[in-house]
Amino acid sequence: MKISLQHVTKIFPSRNKKSGEEVIAVNDFNFDIPDGKLIGLLGPSGCGKSTTLYMICGLQKPTGGKIFFGEDDVTDLAPENRGVGLVFQNYALYPHMTVKQNIMFPLENLKGADKLSKDQMMERTLEAARLVQIDNLLDRKPSELSGGQQQRVAIARALVKMPRVLLLDEPLSNLDARLRLQTREEIRRIQRETKITTVFVTHDQEEAMSISDMIVVMKLGVVQQIGKPQDVYDDPVNLFVAKFLGTPPINVFVGKIAGGKVYIGDDAVLDAPGVADQEIYVGIRPEGFVLDPNGAFHSKLSSVEVMGRDISVVSTNPAAQTPLIRSIINTDSKVDPASETVSFTLKPSKVFLFNKETEERIRIPE
Amino acid sequence: MNYSVFLTETDSSSSFLSVLFQNWGEDWIYHCLFPLLLAVLAYLVLSNKRHKSLAWAFLLVPVVLSLLPVPSMVCMVVSIAAAVLSYLLFADFTKKDSGTSSGMVESKQQWKAWLYLAPAIVLLLVFTVWPIINTVKMAFMEGYDSLAALGGNTFSYGMANFNTVNSSATFLRAMKNTLLLTVLTVPISTVLALLIAVALNSIKFLQKPLQTIFFLPYVTNSIAIGMVFSAMFNVINLDGTSVGVNSTVGIMNNILMFFGFDPVNWIGQGSSYAANVTVMVIYIVWNALPFKILVLLGGLQGISKQYYDAAKIDGTSRARILWRITVPLLSPMLTYVVITGFIGGFKEYSSVVGIFGDTMGPPAGLSGGTMNTMVGYIYNYMSGAQVKYGVASAGALILFALIFVVTMINLQVSKERTHY
Repeated sequence: MKISLQHVTKIFPSRNKKSGEEVIAVNDFNFDIPDGKLIGLLGPSGCGKSTTLYMICGLQKPTGGKIFFGEDDVTDLAPENRGVGLVFQNYALYPHMTVKQNIMFPLENLKGADKLSKDQMMERTLEAARLVQIDNLLDRKPSELSGGQQQRVAIARALVKMPRVLLLDEPLSNLDARLRLQTREEIRRIQRETKITTVFVTHDQEEAMSISDMIVVMKLGVVQQIGKPQDVYDDPVNLFVAKFLGTPPINVFVGKIAGGKVYIGDDAVLDAPGVADQEIYVGIRPEGFVLDPNGAFHSKLSSVEVMGRDISVVSTNPAAQTPLIRSIINTDSKVDPASETVSFTLKPSKVFLFNKETEERIRIPE
Repeated sequence: MNYSVFLTETDSSSSFLSVLFQNWGEDWIYHCLFPLLLAVLAYLVLSNKRHKSLAWAFLLVPVVLSLLPVPSMVCMVVSIAAAVLSYLLFADFTKKDSGTSSGMVESKQQWKAWLYLAPAIVLLLVFTVWPIINTVKMAFMEGYDSLAALGGNTFSYGMANFNTVNSSATFLRAMKNTLLLTVLTVPISTVLALLIAVALNSIKFLQKPLQTIFFLPYVTNSIAIGMVFSAMFNVINLDGTSVGVNSTVGIMNNILMFFGFDPVNWIGQGSSYAANVTVMVIYIVWNALPFKILVLLGGLQGISKQYYDAAKIDGTSRARILWRITVPLLSPMLTYVVITGFIGGFKEYSSVVGIFGDTMGPPAGLSGGTMNTMVGYIYNYMSGAQVKYGVASAGALILFALIFVVTMINLQVSKERTHY
């Protein structure tokens, strides 16, 4: 089921008339979600991603704009008529019912032509339970389950009525680290099997990038960038997106362009032909550093961290926006821990230039 | 066995018993009521632990005994034994581990806690515990007279007070009234309170004023309300007597006549028992609603809104949401309201005084008051011409036993159904 969001806006009126501060939670959200894909809404707290999810679901009504499921305008449609399944952040499993009753609950509300017999309901429940692999826990109460199991029951309950759209609100934030890896693979597996259009909300960029077909990066209600995870990572449209994605985070420096070259401090680190002279921010991904005794970029060595798979060279530079610069180096290169300065060559594809005022990406013309 | 007419004196029989207890005959309290209640209690304790067939045995034996012409003492003993046995063998005594250490204060410092508690404990001991012990003592002292006791007389111990109570038609009538009023008012007031609380919770407009209005009966003097109610249901003539049924009467009858019905003699002289009970039930329910609404409203606001959101997305109807989600999540509050409702119902007294006054029933009704309750019966022996603390204490002990067993039953029933 294709979901179309057109100029969707949500404004919350101010609490008291005097202060007059209304909150624009979502500002002109435009996106056509293709059918059968797993989409991640990504952003820091308060960026409007959960509000967008609730508007797709129907629990909140947009102040402006329209939402389409396929060809149907569902903007004013009540949530129960939209055919969505929502998995809450806290799962919202009914504590007084067993797992089986929790999953069966949506089916008992079907009326008229859709009404199911007891056997059919049982069958659908078992199917959903098998899909999420909790069919051996059907007689337990939610309080007797672990966090991951509760999560799966919530997903089964959302899926049992075969919705057109599956929505998940921060599905992994209540789980411990090990379980997160496992559960996000589960979500992807379930989505691949059922082919239901799925939208999930998260503030964890690693999570979003690892399983989504497309990600939407949001900040303060405004969409920053939409694209495939790798594309957004390799080609950020502004400084915020560049800083948000990637672990370890991107290293940001103040610099300038002068005479077709990019300068960080006094080092001319990169060629930028055809770009006007200006003050800029330079973002360099950790993997964009190459150890080179003749390298253009110099920084003061702080420490060398051995990570087994590669080495992390931690250094400092006066032009850096963070106290430490982290670079990931292949173990083939050797670093002398005693040396004072360390020199790098930069990979051009891993260096991003940003306008100092607008923080928009400056692209080097081909 | 003769329990067909509660207003007559009960038969005494069974020579076997009279050897042990003088005049303790087969009245229905000890033959049927207590055995039945205890049997139900034993059954509930057992069926909670899933010993279904055993539970049926524990239920059937006392129940069958109580229906046969078996001496009531035997019925009582068997039922008490069944209940106690069921608890000893199968009740869940394991303490739920709260997870946190119960000692927030180190044991070295605990004497300070005891010091802070000491004044309250002393007052409790003097004014609550000691009177209770004394009451139990007095119940078994025959012919107890407080002045004589002060004068240094001692009294012999025996069951004479209980015999007086058992053979008293007034007492049986009082017990019947109490049970009837409780059984009628507690369910009605609980269901009404639930519906009103749910309705109040879901409106925004005028919510606070309506809450205040619904809470008004709680802050109003019950005797004053009773006087208004008795005026509503009957009008008192200028010369102080209540009018007969043929004259124009209070607002209730005015409404009835407006719709074409005949006026009813609600609480006046010669009014029927059913009419009296109706007025009492309306009054007691109206009085009990505010507190229940308050508790249930508080409980409702503790239910996370997300459950309702989840149910909304699944297209659940309002009735289903109420029955499958709200009520189970509210069950701790409901349990509290029902249990305290039952206990309060058994202690009903001021409502009868409020409506009927000193006669505890329609004027020129049965001796001791047609609508007298158990507490009223106890009070009768505390003042006036027949001051007999011993009999009053005996009555109080029987009331206590009744409330105790009913509360235990309530607790057992709610164990399965309450979800915390």
